[in-house]
Amino acid sequence: MKHLISVLVENKFGTLNRVAAMFSARGFNLESISIGETEDAEISRMTIVTRGEDRIISQVLKQLNRLVDTIKVTDLTHQPHVERELLLMSLKMTKTTQHEIFELTNVFKGKVVDIKQKSITIEVIGSPDKINTAIDLFRPFGIRELARSGAVAIHRGEI
Amino acid sequence: MHEPGQKMNGSEIFFECLRRENVEYIFGYPGGSLLKVYETLHDVKDIKHILVRHEQGATHMAEGYARATGRPGVVLVTSGPGATNTVTGITNAYMDSSPMVVFTGQVPSSLIGNDAFQEADIVGITRPITKHNFLVKDVRELASTIRKAFYLATTGRPGPVLVDMPKDILAAECVFEWPESVDIRGFKPTFKCHANQVQKAAKMIARSKRPLLYIGGGVITAEGSEALRQLAIEQQIPVTMTLQGLGAFPGDHPLSMGMLGMHGTFWANQAVNSCDLLIAVGARFDDRVTGKVETFATQAVKIHNDIDPTNVDKNVKVDLPVVGDAKDFLESILRELPKVREDRSQWLAEIEAWRKQCPMEYADEKDTLKTEFVIDEISKQTGGHAVIVTDVGQHQMWTAQYYKFTEPRSIITSGGLGTMGFGLPATIGAAFGVTDRPVITICGDGGLMMNIQEMVTAVYNKLPIKIFLINNSYLGMVRQWQELFHKEKYSFTDLAASNPDFVKVAEAFGCRAVSADNPESARKAITEALAYNDGPMLVDFRVVRKDMVFPMVPAGGSISDMLLARLNPKTMV
Repeated sequence: MKHLISVLVENKFGTLNRVAAMFSARGFNLESISIGETEDAEISRMTIVTRGEDRIISQVLKQLNRLVDTIKVTDLTHQPHVERELLLMSLKMTKTTQHEIFELTNVFKGKVVDIKQKSITIEVIGSPDKINTAIDLFRPFGIRELARSGAVAIHRGEI
Repeated sequence: MHEPGQKMNGSEIFFECLRRENVEYIFGYPGGSLLKVYETLHDVKDIKHILVRHEQGATHMAEGYARATGRPGVVLVTSGPGATNTVTGITNAYMDSSPMVVFTGQVPSSLIGNDAFQEADIVGITRPITKHNFLVKDVRELASTIRKAFYLATTGRPGPVLVDMPKDILAAECVFEWPESVDIRGFKPTFKCHANQVQKAAKMIARSKRPLLYIGGGVITAEGSEALRQLAIEQQIPVTMTLQGLGAFPGDHPLSMGMLGMHGTFWANQAVNSCDLLIAVGARFDDRVTGKVETFATQAVKIHNDIDPTNVDKNVKVDLPVVGDAKDFLESILRELPKVREDRSQWLAEIEAWRKQCPMEYADEKDTLKTEFVIDEISKQTGGHAVIVTDVGQHQMWTAQYYKFTEPRSIITSGGLGTMGFGLPATIGAAFGVTDRPVITICGDGGLMMNIQEMVTAVYNKLPIKIFLINNSYLGMVRQWQELFHKEKYSFTDLAASNPDFVKVAEAFGCRAVSADNPESARKAITEALAYNDGPMLVDFRVVRKDMVFPMVPAGGSISDMLLARLNPKTMV
């Protein structure tokens, strides 16, 4: 099954490579990985989405912990959490589809971030599931370019 | 010596750090990016630099030294090719958990990334094969980085750590500051075993009628042999060991069952198959041990102690994991064990019957020389009181089977990676660390050729090592698999037409050498070599060419697929 893992790591060069290389060396599935600084400039947070049966996930967590540059590893999957992904998508647009695209963007609580004669760029924020649905529904208009941030996640409530 | 507040350059800081880490030997090779270091080294008297002839040799020497002494081995090589030549040796140390710190020169910081002369991204290259590695970007971080490197290499599950030092950093100056302590927030190995888990384990052991101790190299690293001995004897639990675990428990004790796994003893593997409790300590359920995991120790409840949590449930699902140091585990168990335990005489009698059914024995012949005889004879003449270093292949397995290892740190062998060429340099490294016992390499003709240049290092340093060459002029283990599983297509394993005369080669290096081709001359040559201490001595044992190592559980097979002899290779047991 799908797992969402949050990892605090040292904010040093090569850390992302160490994590990504460990996944590939051990044959673990890596669906998405995102990384950014935290409130402490020396620490970054990685959010990793991976898939596997329990035995594999338990190895993933242990192997992540084993890396010297990882400070804390949390599997958020079964804990209360908020998960978000950002989608930027440029679509083909004509006079006839313009209205429909606006409406659909509203449905997804998205925003128009750029608009030209024949194209429109929108942003949608949500769970990866919502992002998948959005892509499916916008696809018929013709996708010119698409970028996803990968999931970021954080605990919900107080720990 | 350094005085507080004094400015030093990177090279001086480097040696001052090694002093603080009590380094005795550096195995190294100079080069362009290390010129400043070698300039400083010229006047360093308290740390000995051993000049190797290939950087791979330096890494194996460092590992041999580390495994023989328990202290980290130190390697110093230049950038680019010097650094890339260490890759095999680093991987070997990583797979076998040996403490090692590798220092590589690097092109000047300003040239990094420019494809400069002798530039290689060695930090990138070695990330997956080191426990951790560093690129030093500021001379003010050099001392603390070296401190961390030694700490990481030797703490928890040991392993190799690499420190890449750009040329300009080695010349830059700063005030030397030695950090008194190390605190790495992402590295906190669990040393002490959890009390509840230990209590559970102790209860399981006391209740078991058919327990078996499965011991790996972790027990030797943790120096847990005495506790193991006490536990096994008090509790009457038979002990089987992995290749790296040999010597953790005396091989001549009646409770020792020798090695288990692919080339393990018949009785050890039978015992694994029928024990009701398997107590794995400092071992990692490697595929060479388990064969087919689905049929491995199916009757047994499994306890697994390891200092590295990633080893738990990696290959085989266990019932009771106990993360922590092996010595702490064994000693805690001894404290927790109830007074009464099950009677194990019937279990031991059963094992004895298996031992009698298929003993480890070989045919004694007068005119031809069998490897088993040579190993047996080395074992008898040294009384097990020696450091035995092997290369990789048939001779390695025969050594594991026929040499009686009675002390920890008496076998040094490439287990995880299986690196041919490991033997001779590792022996040299071990001989720098151990001077009160003979240090012997048992190697094959294929492996010896892979790092034969290091014979110079042994001769020049007058190391009294014994190079016992098991020469069948075949890549014997590959040949064995070709015969058994690949339709007898002996592709590129026969070296008879191409091998040199090893006695002459050795002599050209300045190494004393004799050959032996029958039991009598072999016996004499071993005696002579053990008595010769003025430098290295090679004995070229011209053994029977096509012998095979048995018993053998084919790769991925079950114990029930074990082959016992060549004459009837389909023998099932």
